[in-house]
Amino acid sequence: MFTPHTKADQDAMLTTIGIDRIEDLFQYLPAEYRFPDLNLPPALTEIEVLTELQDIAWANDTTRELVSFLGAGAYNHYSPAVVDAILRRGEFYTAYTPYQPEISQGTLQAIFEYQSMIAGLTGMDVCNASHYDGATAVAEAVNMAYHNFRGKRPKVILSPGVHPHYRETVRTYTRDSEVTLVGDQGEVEVDAGPEELIPLIDDTTGLVVVAYPDFFGRIFDYSELAEAVHEAGALLSISVNPIALGLLKAPGEFGADIVTGEGQSLGIPLSYGGPYLGLFATRQKYVRKMAGRLAGETVDNRGQRAYVLTLTAREQHIRRDRATSNICTNQGLLALAATVYLSLLGRHGLRQVSELCYHKAHYAADQISGIKGYELWSDQTFFNEFLVRCPRSAQEIYDHLLEHNLIAGYPVGKDYPGFENHLLIAVTEMNTKEDIDWLVAGLEEVLNA
Amino acid sequence: MPEHLMCELSVPGRVGFQYPESDVPAAQLPEDMLRDDLPLPELAEIDVVRYFTRLSQLNHSVDTGFYPLGSCTMKYNPKINEETARIQGFANLHPLQPIETSQGALALMYHLQMWLNEIGGFAGTSLQPAAGAHGELTGVLIIRAYHRSRGDTKRNKILIPDSAHGTNPATSAMSGLQVIELRSDDRGNVDLDALREHCDDTLAGLMLTNPNTLGLFDENVEEVNRLVHEAGGLIYGDGANMNALLGIIRPGDIGFDVLHYNLHKTFSTPHGGGGPGSGPVSVTEQLVDFLPDPVVDIIEPGDEESGVPPLYGLVAPNKTIGRVKAFQGHFGMFVRAYTYIRMHGAEGLRKVSENAVLNANYLLAKLRDTYHIPYDRVCMHEFVAEGRWAEAPDIHALDVAKRLMDFNFHPPTNYFPLIVHESLMIEPTETESKETLDAFAKTLIQIAEEAHSDPELLKSAPHTTPFGRLDEVKAAKELVLCCVPEYARG
Repeated sequence: MFTPHTKADQDAMLTTIGIDRIEDLFQYLPAEYRFPDLNLPPALTEIEVLTELQDIAWANDTTRELVSFLGAGAYNHYSPAVVDAILRRGEFYTAYTPYQPEISQGTLQAIFEYQSMIAGLTGMDVCNASHYDGATAVAEAVNMAYHNFRGKRPKVILSPGVHPHYRETVRTYTRDSEVTLVGDQGEVEVDAGPEELIPLIDDTTGLVVVAYPDFFGRIFDYSELAEAVHEAGALLSISVNPIALGLLKAPGEFGADIVTGEGQSLGIPLSYGGPYLGLFATRQKYVRKMAGRLAGETVDNRGQRAYVLTLTAREQHIRRDRATSNICTNQGLLALAATVYLSLLGRHGLRQVSELCYHKAHYAADQISGIKGYELWSDQTFFNEFLVRCPRSAQEIYDHLLEHNLIAGYPVGKDYPGFENHLLIAVTEMNTKEDIDWLVAGLEEVLNA
Repeated sequence: MPEHLMCELSVPGRVGFQYPESDVPAAQLPEDMLRDDLPLPELAEIDVVRYFTRLSQLNHSVDTGFYPLGSCTMKYNPKINEETARIQGFANLHPLQPIETSQGALALMYHLQMWLNEIGGFAGTSLQPAAGAHGELTGVLIIRAYHRSRGDTKRNKILIPDSAHGTNPATSAMSGLQVIELRSDDRGNVDLDALREHCDDTLAGLMLTNPNTLGLFDENVEEVNRLVHEAGGLIYGDGANMNALLGIIRPGDIGFDVLHYNLHKTFSTPHGGGGPGSGPVSVTEQLVDFLPDPVVDIIEPGDEESGVPPLYGLVAPNKTIGRVKAFQGHFGMFVRAYTYIRMHGAEGLRKVSENAVLNANYLLAKLRDTYHIPYDRVCMHEFVAEGRWAEAPDIHALDVAKRLMDFNFHPPTNYFPLIVHESLMIEPTETESKETLDAFAKTLIQIAEEAHSDPELLKSAPHTTPFGRLDEVKAAKELVLCCVPEYARG
């Protein structure tokens, strides 16, 4: 379909090779299995395939057609037109990993900008060129801490407030290793704040993982936790939503050793779960322990400032089975999206969107907690998401409101047994006051339904 | 010309994007939790657009020139893929939406799973892994879980040929397996004697790339797979080179138990300057229950007669290894791969691989007299040449690679695979015309002549690119990894 060859081209090429038919190129393959008849639908042209995919997509009702307060790790933010205009440049999206720096300075300099902005935003010294998503970034933090202590501190404390998918991913990654995971197995209550994690720390603890905001939207000052972690000789990893960092203290200020995060909020479409962007930043002293690619500044042989992938000796293509991570392809284009987004919004825009999320979420929380029967689960400070205790099954309320084209949030009962009446509600700059008032009216009416 | 960094272009007070005024009453901000400063630039929209547009122009890309990077399958990325992935009904769909509101997305994933099963000859597929290396990790965890489920706990050893990509050993080490490297024989196949030595009851499996990184189809593959299976091990297939096999042979038919695909290689989703990839994993019937959570399945059958479609849902396999990432996988890449497969059909996919192999063999035929081919037999979609000549002792493959840039060609992969000295690994892909291949071959032949007549021309290349060779030692020594902007300095 996308091959330019004419029959004459093919014939000429076969003659050069010295064979008669294309099939002869495959004569060394096991004959009985050669050229299977694949049972696939017949080929479509571009016009037809576009129609088919539009039809398929029509069966979805999206966050733009419904009124949605669904977050839980992926958020409906606006991505300015500039972001996609840049992503659509073929020079960016049809390039490979920049292994040849002389002809890849566009990608390399963009990675350098990304590293700079994420390091600044998180308050850390260095940032790598990305991981797959917020979940695998936490798994890589666990991996890094394990190797940092050469396996002598195999215990990892996961706060129950870390996203359930992230904790499950860490469990999968470590299922065949010596790492033991505690904290979210009933050792502390689901609502545990940082101070309740401190008693779990001992001299076998390598890493403590918390979230900021946590899965329930709460924000904690982790300074005291960081002190306790460091006193025990362990590391602290904080998983962030970067939009919150437009307003809130950088986790570096608390003393985090590793900051991971889901970068989807930074101009990346929801796209049913991916591709997203795994943020990973750390302290200078751990830079050689960190997995993933890094762009470093240098000069070329003409004296020009330029960028190149550096410290590659840490990576799998050099160290092979002695590498601590196997990551190769990462989320290059999504890191570019986040970079363009942060460049365009800049220091004013990011603060503005962060404040909009905060104010709208607080307006929603105020209104909802004013309805008889509903109350906020926690009185802890929150950012743009909060957990509501409902007067009856959150799933039922949710299902009922869905019939009115409203996604009322995320019922957390399937992830947190005993929380069947709890609804996690996220608000972004995309939700108008009218939307919020409608949600409030819906939550109230559903009680009479 | 180098471009200024944004921290140098920033002007206090410039605004690039405006949000609407808040329509709700302001809440009290948490004073003790607020940050003092936000170290981000201040730029106008035009500054940002020009900056990134100009940066893009410093890149070589498939859209601007030939990119014969071995093992990477830098084929043309159809523009229609970019349209379909951005259809509103896909782009704004939240991953945790109820299945009743996401039947389109689930149906698309279900069909893609089925098609990958069909193309590879397998029984089940997970679309969740984010990239090839992530698919490898998934596959190796599945193999370990399978052995463990049978009470077979001493299988802690995995065999990896010396021609393998570095992710294979790194993945195995991550999953706690002892890696044993297998040598290749003099035809580039797995050495059967070396293999037999390790076929015992501690063998978890073998990771095999076929065609291998020399671009050669392993002539002993059926025997290799038989020996490993006899010893109770499983075969992991690294599908990085599937572009040679579409409609040609199905790995599942010749004994592979697990295989990852790279949608960003074989199925035309763009490489994005280093990602996102997408690394679905397919398995045989006996491994289906171990796939990551979730997979898409039909949870209520439809009725064709009355036109009621089935209800698709997300299902956790019985003995799942668990999630390997958040949510369902790189859905945007699934839409692109679906588009691509749908536009080809069975016959079209076979032509993809036929032409990919034709192009590689054509280039091989044109270059054989000038460049030494260490394993010279009919190749698949790529081949490995040596960038060295006894009469030009100072010239390395790297010099040939850098000189190619002067002619707007991206160099082949060099210094990989490790078993060939001064290797140049060339993968033209099926989307390149005879004219492009002729021009590339002609240039490589000219460079070989220059290597003998004017070696300095190669040693100092590239000359016509915006940047010359970089000081990599300085980068690693000084380790400047962030711009320290004026506005963020104390």
